[in-house]
Order: sequence, then C-alpha cells, then structure tokens
Amino acid sequence: MDYAATREDALAQIAAAQDLGTLETLRVGFLGKQGSISGLLKTLGGMLPEERQQVGPQIHALRESVSEALAARKDALEAAALAQRLAGETVDLTLPAPEAPRGSIHPVSQVMDELAEIFADMGFAVATGPEIEDDWHNFGALNIPESHPARAMHDTFYFPDQDGEGRAMLLRTHTSPVQIRAMLAQGAPIRIIAPGRVYRSDSDATHTPMFHQVEGLVIDKGIHLGHLKWTLETFLKAFFERDDIVLRLRPSYFPFTEPSVEVDVGFAIVGGKRVLGGSGDAPGHGWMELLGSGMVNRKVIAAGGLDPDEWQGFAFGAGIDRLAMLKYGMDDLRAFFDGDARWNRHYGFNPNDVPTLSGGVGTAA
Amino acid sequence: MKFSLAWLKDHLDTDASAEAIAEKLSAIGLELEALEDPSARLSGFKVAKVLTAERHPNADKLQVLTVDTGDGQPLQVVCGAPNARAGLVGVLGLPGAVVPAGGFELKKSAIRGVESNGMMCSTRELELGDDHDGIIELPADAPVGTAFADYHGSDPVFDVAITPNRPDCMGVYGIARDLAAAGLGTLKPIAAQAVPGSFPCPVPIRIEDPEGCPAFYGRVIKGVTNGASPDWIQARLNSAGQRPISALVDLTNYLMLTYGRPAHAYDLAKLNGSVVARRARDGETCLALNGKEYALDSAMTVIADDSGVHDIAGIMGGEHSGCTDETTDVLLEIAWFNPVRIGDTGRKLNLTSDARQRFERGTDPAFLDAGLEILTDLIVGICGGEPSDVVRAGSPPAATKTLAYDPAMAESLGGVAIPAERQREILAALGFATDAHGKIAVPTWRPDIDGWPDLVEEVVRIHGIDAVASTPLPRADGVARPTATAPQKLERKVRRAAAARGLNELVTWSFLPQDEAEHFAEGNGGLWVLANPISEDMKAMRPSLLPGLLSAAKRNLDRGAAGLRLFELGRRYLRGEGGHSDERLTLGVVLAGERAARGWASGKAAGFDAFDAKAEALALLAEAGAPVDNLQFMGEAGAQFHPGQSATLRLGPKTVLARFGMIHPATLKAFDIDGPVAAVELFLDAIPARKGAATFARAAYAPPALQSVTRDFAFLVDAALPAGDLVRAVRGADKGSIVAVRLFDDFRGAGVPGGQKSLAIEVTLQPGERSFTEADLKAIANRITAAAAKLGAALRG
Repeated sequence: MDYAATREDALAQIAAAQDLGTLETLRVGFLGKQGSISGLLKTLGGMLPEERQQVGPQIHALRESVSEALAARKDALEAAALAQRLAGETVDLTLPAPEAPRGSIHPVSQVMDELAEIFADMGFAVATGPEIEDDWHNFGALNIPESHPARAMHDTFYFPDQDGEGRAMLLRTHTSPVQIRAMLAQGAPIRIIAPGRVYRSDSDATHTPMFHQVEGLVIDKGIHLGHLKWTLETFLKAFFERDDIVLRLRPSYFPFTEPSVEVDVGFAIVGGKRVLGGSGDAPGHGWMELLGSGMVNRKVIAAGGLDPDEWQGFAFGAGIDRLAMLKYGMDDLRAFFDGDARWNRHYGFNPNDVPTLSGGVGTAA
Repeated sequence: MKFSLAWLKDHLDTDASAEAIAEKLSAIGLELEALEDPSARLSGFKVAKVLTAERHPNADKLQVLTVDTGDGQPLQVVCGAPNARAGLVGVLGLPGAVVPAGGFELKKSAIRGVESNGMMCSTRELELGDDHDGIIELPADAPVGTAFADYHGSDPVFDVAITPNRPDCMGVYGIARDLAAAGLGTLKPIAAQAVPGSFPCPVPIRIEDPEGCPAFYGRVIKGVTNGASPDWIQARLNSAGQRPISALVDLTNYLMLTYGRPAHAYDLAKLNGSVVARRARDGETCLALNGKEYALDSAMTVIADDSGVHDIAGIMGGEHSGCTDETTDVLLEIAWFNPVRIGDTGRKLNLTSDARQRFERGTDPAFLDAGLEILTDLIVGICGGEPSDVVRAGSPPAATKTLAYDPAMAESLGGVAIPAERQREILAALGFATDAHGKIAVPTWRPDIDGWPDLVEEVVRIHGIDAVASTPLPRADGVARPTATAPQKLERKVRRAAAARGLNELVTWSFLPQDEAEHFAEGNGGLWVLANPISEDMKAMRPSLLPGLLSAAKRNLDRGAAGLRLFELGRRYLRGEGGHSDERLTLGVVLAGERAARGWASGKAAGFDAFDAKAEALALLAEAGAPVDNLQFMGEAGAQFHPGQSATLRLGPKTVLARFGMIHPATLKAFDIDGPVAAVELFLDAIPARKGAATFARAAYAPPALQSVTRDFAFLVDAALPAGDLVRAVRGADKGSIVAVRLFDDFRGAGVPGGQKSLAIEVTLQPGERSFTEADLKAIANRITAAAAKLGAALRG
C-alpha cells in the first residue's frame, strides 16, 4: 500500500475544505470509527510481528499528519469565521456614550470641611447650636445687655415668641452663642470651632440676611493673646496654603472679649483680585479686615459656668462665605444662595475632593 | 468721628505728620476710616483779583470780568455773582480744576457768546460753607496768584470709627489724650476759665426724675448777640461734617465735638416757669429740632417747663425753644442722663443724634462744671452777654472706681511682658492713677473699664499689640485625634454620597414666604415666623427643605435648564420643648426636567419618575447607615405629593425616615413649575444611631460551601396588591433556605384576567451542609406558593 499517496490525497482534501461541516465529514471519513485510516490501524492486529514492525510506524505517521492537518485547518476556518463575524459587528465609537450626571458640593460645605480638617489637627472639635436662639445666649450671656449700644451693631431678626423662661427668641446674629452652650455642656478645657448659619437684617451688594460664620473658642489654663495670634496665623497659612500670610492685630471692641482684637491680613492685587500673602505695608499690598477676636471676657466665662479665676482663653469669628470667596475667587456673595445650578457646577466641588491634610485641604482650580 | 489736624493740635502738641497720626490711630484701636486732604480738592483754584467788571453784552445778570491771576496776563471770566466788582480779591477756578460741590471739571467756554476762562467761586462751590449769595471775598491783601489751598490752609481731616466702649473718644480731646499716651505728642491741659456770674440764675431748675437725670446744671446768659460763628469755629465744625447754624448752636456743638460733652441752649424768652427734668406723660409730644413730632411716654425723660416739653432729654432739643438769630437771653443746660434710659428712649423713638450717641455710651460725670465754664466762656467771648450764677440740681454719679492690678497680667493675658514701670507710665498718661498699694484709680471718663483685663488691654494697645509674639498652643502627643461626632460624620458622608450620585448641592435661604412655609408645615406644630422680616419672601423659617429647592428649580428652569438634580443638606425648623426650637438635620432632593436628554440609543428625552426618587431615597438612606432592608413602605407622604405616586419609608409605624415621590400638581402650580417633579426628603435625625462601640475588624468571611440555586415563580395576584407585599411574604416562606427574592416582571394584559396582574419573581435558595434533593426543592416551592396564596396569589400555569 502506498501510504505516501494516501497521505497526500488526504491532506489535499483537508486543505480544500471550505467550512467546518466539510472538515468534520472528512475527519469522520479518515479518523472516525469506520474511517479509512482507522481501518488501516485495525489491520495491524492481524499482521506478523515483522510486518507490523515495518508497516506500523508508517500507518501511525499517516494518522498523525492527517490529525494535525485537520486541527490546523479547523483553527484556520474558525479564525476566518470569527474575523468575518467581527467585521459585521463594527460600531461607531465616536457616537456619545451614555451620560452620567455630575454632582457637586457647595463651596460653603467644602470650606466647612476644610476648616474642620485644619482645626482637628490643632485639637479642635466641631460644635453646633441652634440658629433660633434666645436673647440670653445670643446677647446677655455674651455681655451684651439689652441697653448696650453694641446691640445696635447687630441688626437682629426677632420672633414674636418667648421661651419658657421669658427670653425673647431671635435668629442668632453670630455663632458666639455656641461658646456659651459648649462651655455649659462640656466644661473646660475646651477647643472648638462652631461653623454655621447666622442672620442679620441686612441686604445689599455685599450683605445677605443669611450668611455663614465660624466661631473658635479655646478655654484652658494660661492661654493668652500670643496663643490667639499663633492659632489664627497657623489656620490662615494652612487654609490658604501659603507660608507668607502676615497678620496685623488692631485693638478693637467686642463686648464678649477683653482685650479685643481685629485681625487684618496682608494682600496684593493680582489680576484684579485680592490675593492674600505678604505684608500689607509692602508695595502694591494692603490690609484687609478678616477676623474679629479677643480674650474671652470674664463675664462670658462665668456665664458659661466656669470660674474665670481658674480658666481663661480666646475666641474668634470669621465669615465662611468670605473665606470661600477669597480662596476660590467668587465675587458675589448673593450668588451663594441663589441656587443657580450653573454657578453651583462652576464653583462647586467634586465629591471626591475630600479635604485632607496630606493632600492639602484646598482643591486646585 | 471726624476732625481736622488743626483741631487735634489745639489739644495735642505734636510734630507728627498726618500720616503718622493716622497710622497710630488704627494701631491703638481708634480705627481710621479715612484721611482726607482738602488741599487735593482745591487744586486748580487760585487767589485772584478782579481788575475790571463790565456788563455782559447779551445778559442782564452776568458780568464780564478781567481777572489778575498774578502772572501778568489777566484772564477774561464771565460771572453771575452780584458782588463781583473791580478790586475784589476772590478765588478763581481755572480750566481743568474740579469743583468740589458737584464734582464737575471746569472748561474754557463761551457763555452767551463771550469767552470765559474759569469761574469765580462761592464758598458753597468749594464746600467751605453754605454761602452761595455771592463769590468769596478775601481780604484785599490776600496774595494774588497763590494757590488757594495754600492760602486757605490745607488741613487734613481724620475720619475715625469709635467703638461703643469709648465715649471719651467721642471728642477730639479724648483722642488727643490717647495719642499722647501712645507717644505722639503732649496733651495740653484743659483750659476751663471760670466765668463768675453777676446775678442769681433767674430760672428755677428741678429734677423730678433723679433716676433718668441724676444731675442738671444750668445758668442763664443775658444780652447775647447770636449770628454766624467765627471762621475758626465754622472750620472745625465743617471738618467734622457739621453744618454751622448760628453761634449759640455751633458753640454747644463745638463743646460736644471737642470734649464729648453735649449741652443745650434754650431761648429763655420761650421758656415759662421752672425748668424740670421729669418723666414724659403718656400722650405728650415734642416737635424736635429735626422738624419731626415725637410721641412720648412715661418711660422717657424730658426737660419741660410749665408749658410743656422742650427737650427729649439727652437726645434732641425742641424746635420751639431753640435758639434763633433773635435770641438775646439763653439758658444753658449741662446734665448727666442715665445711659440705659437714653438708649431705650432713642430706640423706641428710632431717633439717633450726636448727643444720644455720647450719653448712651456714658459721658464723663466729672465734667459738668468744666463743660459749663468752657461753654460760658466761649459764648460770652463770641456772643457777648452777662452770665448768671450756676445752679445745680442733683449730682452725677462721680464716684471713682479702683481696681486691683498686677502688672504680670499683661503677660499672662496679653501675651507680652511689659515692665511694670512702663505700664504705670502708660496708665498715667491715660489718666489712671496708681496708688502706693498698686491699686489703679479709673478716670471718670472711662466707664468701660471695670476689671483688670481692661487694664491689660489699655497697656497692651498703647505699648503696641504688634509686640505680642505668636505662641503655639500646647499640642497633644502623637497625631491629631479624630474629633467629628457621629452626626457630623453622617452629614459629611451623605453630602458626598449625594453629590457622587450626580446631585448638585445648593444652600438656600432658611426663611420662606409664609404661604409656602404653611403649605409644607402640616403636622409641625406651628411655624417660626419673624416679627421683623426683611421682606415678605423671607418671613417664615422653613419646615421642610423642599420649598426652597422647588423655588430654585423654578428659577433654573426659567433660565433654560434642561435637567435638574438638586439637593440641600440643612436644618428644618420645628417647635421644640420649653419654647425652644427643634432644628433637625434634613436632606432634600428635587429632580426636575429631563432625566436623560434624547439620545441616539435611548430615543426621546425622559422625565423623572417616582422610581428615580425611590432610588435616591434608598441609596442615600443606605449611605446614612439606615437599615434599608427593614424599612416599611407606607403612604401619607403629605399633601404636597402626588397621592398615588408617593410613599414614606418607616422603621415601625411611627418613625418616618423618608418621604419621596412625585410632587402634587397643585403644589407645582403654586410654585409655577410646568412638568413633573420628583422629590425626596430624608429625615436624617430619625435614623437610629448605631449601637455599641465601633470596631474595625469585620465578621469572618465564610462563603457557603455549596452553590446557590435559583427558581422562578409567576403569580397571578389582585392588581392592587403591592408587589412588595408578595416579595416579603415569599422571603418569609422558608427563612432557612431563601436568601434573596427579586421581582423581575409585572405584567398585565393578554393571558392575565382583568383586575389582576402577573408578578414574576426569582428566588435564590442556599443549601446548607448538603445539596437540595428534588424533594427538598418541591417542599420549598410548596411553602412559597402557600405563603403567596395567603395574599390571594395563584401560581400562574
């Protein structure tokens, strides 16, 4: 038998197969139970050993090469079929993908988180209090008696209501009542900031009847004006992420602090906007008022249930909206509360921009 | 408080420049608001002499002048002033100069056909006075050609904000005292020249309200001649922004502005009988000097005679007895009024005045006699007349306060070490005397000083607050401890979760129009409504976050926004116990407009529906840590919601964690919004706190050994049956094996009987130790169909 001719014939048939069905038919014809090559293998059993030794390898080699050719042809046909299918599945990837809405965090919330992060590093917790206050917490306990001219400095919103103790109810004009509530609730020592909404009956280009303040309070032993200065410097340097922040303290008056200090910060005009940094006395620079502060008045410490001979400390207050404007460049306070979604998307923050000390609390533009 | 440098120098011997003084004022707590230099305003104006004056050829009231400006080339100027005449020396504004009054720039021009090269000015045009009847007439020897600013004297004016604790600095003298203490010169002593009276005071003076008016001193001056006050007084008043009126009035104002000491001069001819400090009677009125009539009550102190009220004590004098040019005899009043009473009266009458500002803050109780002498001296010197003896009713509370003070406190409170000797010097310069035991006597003009911290402030501010060195706060060991409370962490997490879901955070007003607030207020036990709102739109505190968001949505839709996903995280304001508020942390979400714009794959634009609201509600509740698997769906979302497309999510029947759904069309109409709006309100305060201490290690991971199997069931149920009920019933059918039930089809129509629906669910079964046998699975299936049957559900064939 001419095994070589059989092999050539088989390989030619396999190479000529144009689809997997034909190829399967050929496989069955060659290698199936009744297949021609399978039949040749069966003849080996009836041969004499010498003959088998001579013919066996030839038959096995034939089977091997046909089997390989079948597999190779199968791979080739399958690849061609796949390529043809994929060619029909082409899509235009310049078409738009499904859109996902983009959310945003309001700048006031973002800045409050930044404040919490910075002050936590200095050991300050965040405290809160009611916005609908009574006049004792908002004024009396802060050494602003009814007749005090300083009350006129606060354009107060009043309710017609009184609380159970006959105190007039009002919208807090500052976050300072949280000082009293925190001292009464926690005692001393104490380190808190109290961010939140405050209200004054005032509305023009730079004032809104509702705005946001952050209060700071430290009560401990041996706290003095130098600690206040350091705390504000450290805070502002961290908040604006600039080491060249320069403060100027000016004596002032608040009924709830004694001594009282206004804090100015040096700035330069860059591109028409105020940029904090440098001494206000340097060429091209100026000072702007940014914070009110002072050593907590002894009467206020006493109103907080603490002994002013034992404890002393400082307090400060600043506008959160204003800090946000200075840092992130908004120039219209009223837009903060207008709810224009375009403004919120423009000035708002990606929710993943969580302020951290390691990453810098600020979010780059 | 405004004053000129010359005025300051009346009391402070100093060579310091205006700039140095300005800087020091702010540094010691007298905040400089402005330093005005009038000479800049007068640039371009020259002393000039009229050489000739001829009738204007084309106008009766105008003249054509030739004016010498000192350079030998006379200018032609057209002038309408009646006093313009040859030989007059006045002030010429040249082209380019800006006229202070009106702020217009002078130009070379033709007036009725005649060229004019400038303007001869009146005092009013230069804002140097009120005279506009003619042009300024300077003395004949005024140097022609000199810049008028140099001739007139260019006296800088300081504008200083005085804090309410410093009544002593409501007068130039007190400011001079502070500056002297701060090393800017020497304070000149007060020259109070005693002017003896030559006859007894003819007017009886009495106090009937010793609480409101503890002291009332007075004297009469007869035979005065009132009229314009001298230039130097007028210049000082002008620098303070006060209009000169007449000598008698100007001199009382001058006393007040110089020494912080208000006084009043009555026209004696208008008084009738004794002059009494008493309470007003209810119903009495006073026509005040500002031309307004004030209704008084018995809580107010007034000065009155037998005919009626002449003065709202310490606040404003009366029109009737005020001094005029015809006044010849005056009664001077120097009194000390109770600051609290003045403040109360002023607030009640809504009347502010320079006198009120000073009395309210507390005038120097030891400066009544000196003030009266100075005023008498000025009046007699300027207006002539003969003074009576002084009469004094009552006495001011002039007791001296003394304070214990340890100079070490400057460092322990002020943070700056200042030698005790230096501290004593500073205090002495401010008028504080230190006795042999170190006790400090507070000067009578400093009612604000009532404790040692005030003395620290005095010492530190004069020493220089810049000398305070930054001192780090003590810091705990190690890295900073976490400080956020559980509610604070919840708030932060929910806020960022909402934004991460594509919602835009807004901050809207806490107050609403009252009708909007009322529409959302049901069950809140009463709104908080402001007594003095800034407008009707900002009147009632919000009982819900939704109205503010709906208004914002409306504004955005009006601006052309297509799709809006808005949220706010803030408080709603309810009534609490004891008359206090109950402010609850709340999340509001409003979804309006298009959920998805039209798209090549998705087809037409789609609006939001109630399931979008449900998705937000459940996702955000889960972020907030609420047990979302245990929540019950119930109705009663509120009248603001579509009754058939809204629900509440509750833990038990009473604890409502959220409401959501479509907003009621009537509510939308009230907000003038077209098209459906979905909304969510999460009551974050109602979410139960996690019990027990937080641990970091999670429960051990123990995946089931065997794979779960799923089986599908389709049930025919009443169309009104909530699908959730069926799912819950099936879940409970075999708690050991059923780990999940998912509804995947709600079908009505062909093959389903009317009034019914087909609900298809996929049940996930988890085998335990051994695989389910066919018998196990059949038993479970039977239990499922039995549980469903209790709800009237029949397995669909």
